[in-house]
Order: sequence, then structure tokens, then C-alpha cells
Amino acid sequence: MRSVITVVGKDMVGILSKISTLCAENGVNVIEVSQSILQDMFCMIMIVDVSKCSLPFGDFADRLSTIGNEMNLCVHAMHEDIFNSMHKI
Amino acid sequence: MINTRDILETIGMIQDEHLDIRTITMGISLLDCCNSNIDSACIKIYDKITRKAEHLVKVGEDIEKEYGIPIINKRISVTPIAMILAASAGDPVKYALTLEKASKAVGVNFIGGYSALVQKGFASGDEALINSIPEALSVTDHICSSVNIGSTKAGINMDAVALMGKIIRQSAEMTKDRNCIGPAKLVVFCNAPDDNPFMAGAFHGPGEPDCVINVGVSGPGVVSSAIAKIPNGNITDVADVVKKTAFKITRIGQLVATQASQRLGVPFGIVDLSLAPTPAIGDSVAHILEEMGLEKCGAHGTTATLALLNDAVKKGGTMASSHVGGLSGAFIPVSEDAGMIDAVRCGSLSIEKLEAMTAVCSVGLDMIVIPGDTPAEIISAIIADEAAIGMVNTKTTAVRVIPAIGREVGDELNFGGLLGSGPVMKINTHSPAKFISRGGRIPAPLQALKN
Repeated sequence: MRSVITVVGKDMVGILSKISTLCAENGVNVIEVSQSILQDMFCMIMIVDVSKCSLPFGDFADRLSTIGNEMNLCVHAMHEDIFNSMHKI
Repeated sequence: MINTRDILETIGMIQDEHLDIRTITMGISLLDCCNSNIDSACIKIYDKITRKAEHLVKVGEDIEKEYGIPIINKRISVTPIAMILAASAGDPVKYALTLEKASKAVGVNFIGGYSALVQKGFASGDEALINSIPEALSVTDHICSSVNIGSTKAGINMDAVALMGKIIRQSAEMTKDRNCIGPAKLVVFCNAPDDNPFMAGAFHGPGEPDCVINVGVSGPGVVSSAIAKIPNGNITDVADVVKKTAFKITRIGQLVATQASQRLGVPFGIVDLSLAPTPAIGDSVAHILEEMGLEKCGAHGTTATLALLNDAVKKGGTMASSHVGGLSGAFIPVSEDAGMIDAVRCGSLSIEKLEAMTAVCSVGLDMIVIPGDTPAEIISAIIADEAAIGMVNTKTTAVRVIPAIGREVGDELNFGGLLGSGPVMKINTHSPAKFISRGGRIPAPLQALKN
């Protein structure tokens, strides 16, 4: 099962590192990363494979949110189907 | 492949524009709970509801977490209780208390279906149920009630219309210390749908399967924002934008409905793709109409813009779901829509305009607060007018009015939460008493002979 992690907020050192470390610690494989920095706004989208995640998805999403709050970022993890279903006929 | 822009658009819709699943409603047939002994029937009803809906709230919360889309309410709708009462007789309030107990046990916030279908006349159980509605709604918090008094096929039951005016007044009187909340949980319908997932008019109609999952989506804020992005677009462009947005919104509903259905082991019924406002800022249907180019909702042009909106929502949503049903369109509940409340307060929106709007949108006169001294016959006549619009136009219409006991035009009633607050609206006080006292049936119109 694939999930989309989005991170939006002010750019700072260590964002990619913290998120990918959490993924690695929980058996979540990062498939693709896209990021852009406009002036000092940071936006990153990661497609990850959560089929071997050691936590229930809800808990994993909560942990991501917590990291986000600590760094003043909006971090969301959502099942990829929500994007697939909305934007394709 | 998913692209970045789509992902950010989705996140924006959920975070900033109040896109949400308004309700997952489990429809449960209680026909197999019928029993000639009312206490036995109540036990069977409690057991069936708590068994079928045991995991409803948990599954809703799991889906919410996984997909990142808020699912605001988990609710239940049941077979119109008048049908169960027909088998058992006895005090109908026992059924209300049973439903209340069951709703607390499973954790849903409303159970709809304390209802009667009387469009052609009263059968066994119907009158007793209807007469018990004020008491049932005052001794419970989680029950919603509805009565269908007319249809295109059957005409309008004017005896039921006369009775409902009195029932609504009684319900307001019995709950006058709680902001008259009774009538806020009571809907009088014409052409009521069997599978509507929204309260207060939800019930599980005859002809539906034993158990079913229906989902109600919502997203007036999303539609508003989409239109705001084309300030110079012509009307065709506006309709297109609404259609595309409705498609996306409905797709989420479809996704959640299929997931809920799979996880609960219950067949998927329908997605109701209604734009249902809440009192929160940025979640208003009135603001969509204003975004289309009206200074204030209620101005001339409101009926046309609402017609455009309602139709575009249906067209966009139909492609997105395998089964569309319920009310499916745009809702105009006055007390639940920040823009509507504003429009009433500043004098732009009147009950006459609202009546015109009900001819082109998916519900009727909804969550409208009227002066506390409004006589029952005027309430009945308001119902008759709405029913006529529904009957002739082969659409659902309904009346949910709240007489604000002890208050008059200029005052307000505050229900709190999703039910919002409403200014008392001015109505025409000339008397229809003679018309209402005649009783009888308005015959079905020629449109009924479609075969």
C-alpha cells in the first residue's frame, strides 16, 4: 500500500532527514521524493510504501504530525487512493 | 501518476476549504424486529442495531486517519418506526427510548427513522407515532423524526398536513426551555427519498436492503474557492468549474463509501453528493451564490444562480460515483449557513425568496426560525405550499421550521454546534385556517401519469 507524505512550511535544516529517519525506523520505504523551495517556503512530497510499516498507519501518521508540529511544519500522510480517485476519470 | 499540483490541491481542499465527508450513515431494516409485543420488539431492535453498527464509529475513525479526510458524523437510519408500531401497538415512545439507548451504545450522534409515511392516508401505527413525536423528541437527544405527507404519485394528504402544523407547535412548546430544539429534529417531507443519509430526514425506506452504507459528502467551501479563481469567467465557465469540483468531491465520497462498506461487510448503498453547509466560516452555500456575482444571497438572481449550482453539482457528481442517491444537490438550511444567517439579518433574504429557491435545489424550507406565536394553521399552510412545489415538480421538498416560543422577529435562537443559530423570520400572518380545516387530499397531478 502506498501513501503520500506532504510537508509544507518554512525551510530549515533537517526536514528531509527527520522524515526519512522516521520512515526508515518503521520499515517504510521511500519510493519517490519531490521537493521545491520557493523563497523560504519549503514543500516536499514523498511517495512511500507502507505495506511493511511496523506501526498501524494511523499511529505512523500521528508520529509524522508530531514531528511536523515540533518543526512548525504541516505534515500529512494520506493513502494514495484519495489522490488517484479525485484526479482521474 | 499523481502529480504535485493535484496533491497540493487536495490538501488545500481538506485543510483550508472544509472538504469533508459529512456523514457515514448505516441504514438498518427493522422489519425483522416486528413483534406483537412491544417490549420484545424493543429488545430485538436494540440487539440488531448494536450488532450491525458495533464497529461503525471505529471504522469511520480508521478511514479518517488513513485517508486524511475528516468524517464528521457517523449515524444510523432505520425503518420508519410507524411500520414497526403497526405490528405491536403500545406506547411508541418506548421505541424512541430504545433507539436512544442503542445510539449511545454504539456511539453515533443521531438515529433517524422515528417516522411515518402517510402520503395517501393513515395506516395502522401512523397516527399514534405522529402524535407521540413531540414527547419522543423531548425525552431523547439523539432521535430524528420525519413524516412524508405527499408525493407526486399520491398527491398531498391535507389531514396529515393539518396535524403536522400542530405537532410542530407542540414539539416547540415541549422544548421551549432548550431553545425549542424539538422541531429542529423533525422534518415534514413531500417525495421523501428512502436512502437519504443526512439528518434530520434520514430513514431506511421500505424496498431498501437489510443493511446498507450511505455516505453524504460536502464541500461548499471548495466550490466557493474554485469559483473565486475565475472572477471573469462567463456562466458556462462557472458551471464547468462547479461540475469538475463536484466530481472531485464526490469521488472522495465514493472512496470512503466503498472502504466503509468493505470493512463493515455491509453493501454500499449510495453517495449523496449534497453541498451541505455548516455555520463555520468558509463553509457556506450562500457564499457560493455571492461568489457567482450577487451582492447578497436573497437578491434577485438568487434563484437562477442556485438552479445553476444545483444542476452542475449533480452533473459533476453523477460521473464520480457508481450509485448516486439521497437528496444530492445544494442544501439551504438557514441556521446552518453563515451566509444565509447574514442575509436574513440584513433583510436581503425572506421566506418568500427561500420558497422560490426550494423549487430549484434539493431540499425545502430548512432550519427556519419563525415567530413563537405562529398558529398551527399557518405552519400547516407553509407545509402545504412546499409540498405543492415538490409534488408538481417531481422533486423532494421538505419543511423544518422552528417556532421560537416567546420570541418574535428581531430575536434569535441559538442551538449550538452543527445546528447553528437562526434569526426569527417574518412570515405572512393572514390566516389560511379555513383552507387547512377542510382536510382531505389534494389529488395527484397529471405528472403522476407518466407510464
